Amino acid sequence: MTSVEKRIGTAANFVDERLGAAGWVKKSLNKVFPDHWSFMLGEVCMYSFIILLLSGTFLTFWFDPSQRDVIYNGAYEPLKGLKMSAAYASTLDISFEVRGGLLMRQIHHWAANIFMAAIVAHLLRVFFTGAFRKPREFNWILGILLLTLGLVEGLFGYSLPDDLLSGTGLRITSAIIQAVPVVGTYITFFLFGGAFPGVGFIPRIFTLHILIIPGIFLAVITIHVMLVWYQKHTQFPGVGRTETNVVGHPILPVYMAKAGGFFFVVFGVTAFISAVASINPIWLYGPYTPGQISAGSQPDWYMGWLDGLVRMAPPLETHAFGHTISWNILIPAIIVPGIIFTSMALYPFIESWITGDKREHHLLDRPRNVPNRTALGVMSITFVLVALINGGNDILATNFDLSINQIMWFSRIGIFVLPPLAFIITKRLCLSLQRADRELLLHGTETGRLLRLPHGEFVEVHAPISPEKAFILQSHEQLVPLEIEDVDGRGVRRPGALKNKLQRRLSKAHAVSVPKVSEQELKEIEHH
Amino acid sequence: MSNELTPIDSSVVPQHAPRATDTNPVSEKRAEQQVAILFTLSGIGSVLLIYSYIFVAKDVFIFIPVMGNQNAQQLGIGLGMAMSLFFIGIAAIHWAKTLMPDKEIVNHRHEFRSSDEDRAELVHTVKEGVKGVQLGRRKLIKRSLGAAVGLFALPPVLLLRDLGPLPKKQLETTNWKTGTRLLTDPGNRPILASDLEVGAVVQVLPAVEHEDERPLSDIAKDPVLLIRLRPEDFQLTPEKLAMTHEGIIAFSKICSHMGCAVALYEQQTKHLLCPCHQSTFDVTRGAKVIFGPAARPLPQLDITVDSQGYLVARAPFNEPVGPSFWERNSQ
Repeated sequence: MTSVEKRIGTAANFVDERLGAAGWVKKSLNKVFPDHWSFMLGEVCMYSFIILLLSGTFLTFWFDPSQRDVIYNGAYEPLKGLKMSAAYASTLDISFEVRGGLLMRQIHHWAANIFMAAIVAHLLRVFFTGAFRKPREFNWILGILLLTLGLVEGLFGYSLPDDLLSGTGLRITSAIIQAVPVVGTYITFFLFGGAFPGVGFIPRIFTLHILIIPGIFLAVITIHVMLVWYQKHTQFPGVGRTETNVVGHPILPVYMAKAGGFFFVVFGVTAFISAVASINPIWLYGPYTPGQISAGSQPDWYMGWLDGLVRMAPPLETHAFGHTISWNILIPAIIVPGIIFTSMALYPFIESWITGDKREHHLLDRPRNVPNRTALGVMSITFVLVALINGGNDILATNFDLSINQIMWFSRIGIFVLPPLAFIITKRLCLSLQRADRELLLHGTETGRLLRLPHGEFVEVHAPISPEKAFILQSHEQLVPLEIEDVDGRGVRRPGALKNKLQRRLSKAHAVSVPKVSEQELKEIEHH
Repeated sequence: MSNELTPIDSSVVPQHAPRATDTNPVSEKRAEQQVAILFTLSGIGSVLLIYSYIFVAKDVFIFIPVMGNQNAQQLGIGLGMAMSLFFIGIAAIHWAKTLMPDKEIVNHRHEFRSSDEDRAELVHTVKEGVKGVQLGRRKLIKRSLGAAVGLFALPPVLLLRDLGPLPKKQLETTNWKTGTRLLTDPGNRPILASDLEVGAVVQVLPAVEHEDERPLSDIAKDPVLLIRLRPEDFQLTPEKLAMTHEGIIAFSKICSHMGCAVALYEQQTKHLLCPCHQSTFDVTRGAKVIFGPAARPLPQLDITVDSQGYLVARAPFNEPVGPSFWERNSQ
């Protein structure tokens, strides 16, 4: 035994005698993680969260979250002598007087954007591959919670510097809260500590931004990852991979080295972007005053689609009994997002109700093999993209010399027309891809070699595909519609006929797919 | 199942082809050197960071093609940090991929559902536990518990009461009163009607006691835009026309949609545009909404001149300015 081994042994013995951890740790170190590039998206989320914690902590050492007035007398000449909030002044100081401060601000802001982008990408991966199915519905819901928290945390974060742009964002936030019937006005006054912009909002969202929300994040991310650990990761279908096993590299050493290395890569890339690409140059906007505004006021992209919905809303208000209800704000800013996020969270249960499938799933779907779900996903993306385009309609109009009114009308109509169109096209595409898979299985790949037969006919030689590939192409399950009878065995109408009808219809639409290659068909081909 | 194929035994894990580093000692040696070089690059990055932090002055700018003038210190610290982090990561991954064992292993899954005995036992334990609480039998405890918990929920809400003042009439009122002078913003100078030429646009605030110390909450509702048109350009109702003065019309600058400053005025079309959500108001028709999500015109301020010829408000706004709220009487 070498001396190093001896020392490790002593330490391990010390811990194990007190915690009895050897059995569990041994098992954990042999834990298997399947490999696929798309599994790294969730890792990017977690790593950028750590980057956010580190860079954010750095920023709190200098940031002064106060709306108290100060006269700026710092290093940035153009704003010298101006009255501004301490929050804005201290953000200027971080940018111009703390060495590496601007870099940290940019790392923090870029990491926030990367965090949100990675969450969206990770969510799409989980959705399109059906990783949310039983037993992983809890984790899906936690993921939706993290996405929603991320939106709020991001909004609060870029609102803190109290510059002209972020103040405009807060003005809109206050108008949304104020639009809530009955209690809206009171809640706004309480949150802001008076009439907008109040005296209390920045210090209050600061506490939420650096303590409460990150705390919730930390707790939810921990549960999210622990559930992945406990339930074991899903895997793509392949030879040797079944619903009852998980194939991949063990934690120690390969996965640990790769994942640990990947953290440094994500951090390094974020630092590089932040070193060379400016983001949110608040000194150009000036301090916030509600009487002014800069043209082209834009939120960060993950809020942009909500702003786009607000922009395209029809000018609807109800005036009755001495009260006002602003549908032009409530519908796009509260009701529609509420419906979207709720149905997103419930989707695993909706799909399982439609398919009647209550089994556990650990093998991932190839998106083409579940055309309805894939089409639904593309439909949702289209909806958000149209809204996002409208959120930047002023920028688009100035940059491409378009009319803002035309873009707005395009979005107003497009938001209803384009998502269903995307659904239909995607579903057709999925079925075509299924057909192509079927062809590949039956006839192999085209080799480009032409053969002339003795009687003069030309044929192209097809080469059979590898057994591994063939396995993947037909490893999915044939989707079958639910069979629900309206009447039971004795001819009596069953209760909930309308519900049954809906379920049957949806199930039928969900199960549309190309028939899988049967054994008989394959045998026939072999005899050719 | 007849139409399910199993051409390959799916319980078998396919054998991995060995990597070059597994078979060729030269490749192995080379991979090891590559990892070492990558770690060294990381070290160079750290040195660059330290050098930039200590030895590069804060106000040195260097020109870099495409990027333009860059602050040398921030750039040096940033690039140094990027290098030192990135190459540690790449080195570890390269090490794992080329030199660490690449054999995949198999773990087995178990169904998550507990056994029937466990479930039955749990139900039994819970039932016993609940029985021990005896809530069903002890009505008095049950009722007083309900009352206590209900009352207990109130204080946390109540304690938040002092977060802010009650709205009272703050959303309905502004600092514009009968006879309040219109002062330029910025500058705080009173305005003669003759100061404004046709086509001029001026932002004004009401004259108050301490003009240099207006709270932001006043600036969030007081700003008014003065626009002078030719009187024949107006298409207004007689009441609204009476609120103008010699072709000068005054509107609240706070958008009736979400309260942004309606700052963009188009001379040609005489439209006011809010940059937040593109609500467009036609000045000639009393700031009527002609496009966008705003549902109400911008409130118009009744203006006239005082004895010295300075523009003043003839009356306060006759409706609340800014975004809608529940208590707003918009009829």
